[in-house]
Amino acid sequence: MNVFEDIGDVFIQQFAYVGGLSGQFWSGLLALPSMLPITGKRDRWQSAIRQMAAIGVAALPMIGIMALCAGFILALQGAAELRRFGALRYVIDLVAIGFTRELGPLLTAIVVSGRSGSAFSAEIGTMMVTNEIDALRTMALDPIEFVLAPKFLAALIMVPCLTIMCNVFGILAGAGFMYLSTKMTLGVYVRYVFDSIVLRDVFSGLVKSVAFAAIIVQVGCMEGFKVRGGPEAVGRATTSAVVKSTFLVILADLFFTALFYLTGWSTS
Amino acid sequence: MTEPIISVRDLSVSYDGNQVLDGVTLDIEPNEIMVLLGGSGSGKSTILRHIIGLERPDSGTVLVRGVDINRCSPAELGNIRRSVGVAFQDAALFNSLSTEENVGLPMRELTALAEPVIEIMIYMKLAVVGLGAAGKLMPFELSGGMKKRAAVARAMALDPEILVFDEPSAGLDPIVSAELDELILFLKRAFQVTILVVTHEITSAFRIADRIAMLYKGSLIAVDNKDAFQASNDPRIRQFLDRVPDPLTQSAAVQDHMRELAGLTGAVR
Repeated sequence: MNVFEDIGDVFIQQFAYVGGLSGQFWSGLLALPSMLPITGKRDRWQSAIRQMAAIGVAALPMIGIMALCAGFILALQGAAELRRFGALRYVIDLVAIGFTRELGPLLTAIVVSGRSGSAFSAEIGTMMVTNEIDALRTMALDPIEFVLAPKFLAALIMVPCLTIMCNVFGILAGAGFMYLSTKMTLGVYVRYVFDSIVLRDVFSGLVKSVAFAAIIVQVGCMEGFKVRGGPEAVGRATTSAVVKSTFLVILADLFFTALFYLTGWSTS
Repeated sequence: MTEPIISVRDLSVSYDGNQVLDGVTLDIEPNEIMVLLGGSGSGKSTILRHIIGLERPDSGTVLVRGVDINRCSPAELGNIRRSVGVAFQDAALFNSLSTEENVGLPMRELTALAEPVIEIMIYMKLAVVGLGAAGKLMPFELSGGMKKRAAVARAMALDPEILVFDEPSAGLDPIVSAELDELILFLKRAFQVTILVVTHEITSAFRIADRIAMLYKGSLIAVDNKDAFQASNDPRIRQFLDRVPDPLTQSAAVQDHMRELAGLTGAVR
């Protein structure tokens, strides 16, 4: 087999993967109404609530700590340069805009991918190995509706919520830095924050976070559904889910950032 | 003659170029217990997965209640699946649900029954398989035999016309295995269901079967009642029934491998 055939094979596999992911995405989207409390199927929304607790509430401490650290690091790095020009105040802009547009959604997505994306693939992969997915199908229950949709709905709601919390913690870390370096009070800091960001910054971050949530759930679940064989296949799927979803999240981030830049959304 | 409830016609399946099933034709009559016997790798699990519609064949048809399950609409397939209960080899209970939630799942998802009615039905299904007091237990708290019986209760949840068992005796001690055989016979008597059992346990097969079909290397070599099957002179059936091992060093694959190892192509006879 020559090198062109190898390259062709890789491209075909990647297109097939993206095609499978798109098909699963639409099936998941169509299954979402069955998750809703009144119009949905009996008790199915409770499953979505459990997933929300697992994806969102349980991830909050880790996201809080990571955002505080990242916010402080960003302020320190920014201050090191801005201090030379007597522009230390612009650390506030750097942290506020940096988190709302970029770091908040990205940090949140990386944490959720590592915690929940891997858990989705491990759970579904184990269900594949133990024939639980086959059992669902033989009972005329759709695994997409039964297994994927609660996770999908939960992630679509919780990842933007976590992103907002990540933004808050990151910006608060900036407040801590400004207090330590200039004795700036929280009230003044918050006023500067509101001067530096506009609603559009927050909104663009939230749009990204919804896309990241969809990627993490779809990739995590797809890697799980692809599991064949035994426990080692589950381990491989878990690793693959985290690597692929993180990669796709960064690609999507680039896409949305470029889109917002070209359409003038990201200019103040 | 009655119309077969399951009819497999010229079913051929291959994976990566390996022929797993080769033109298998099998009819299963209503209210009979058909045992599908065969050694490891004979294709019996593959035929089961095709009968319950989990996989599509390369060629051939599978008719369940007269409906071709590979060419019917999703709604028809849903109806067929509701009429077939499957008890998997490793039970395939949902680990996040209790035993009673596992049994109640098909009722809650696929019927409009009121919750009190479902709870009564769950208890009845569990009582039939002898697990009336185990409803609150989680699957990890059940023994191997209890798990299999819970899987039977779940398979019976929607009162199916057909029950399918994949290796029901696998991994069980002889006493529990015999109890499960008795349960299968009881289900047939009490509920008039058609039962397909895939197994390699000869003792169990002769205890429960009305008819036995035997798969050998992907081909169906016999379908007969158990007395005729037991009296068969077919050397492949006799080898299986008399538990005669394959002479390992005479197989072509082993011979070839030994030649490769020795670097003496053609020298080993």
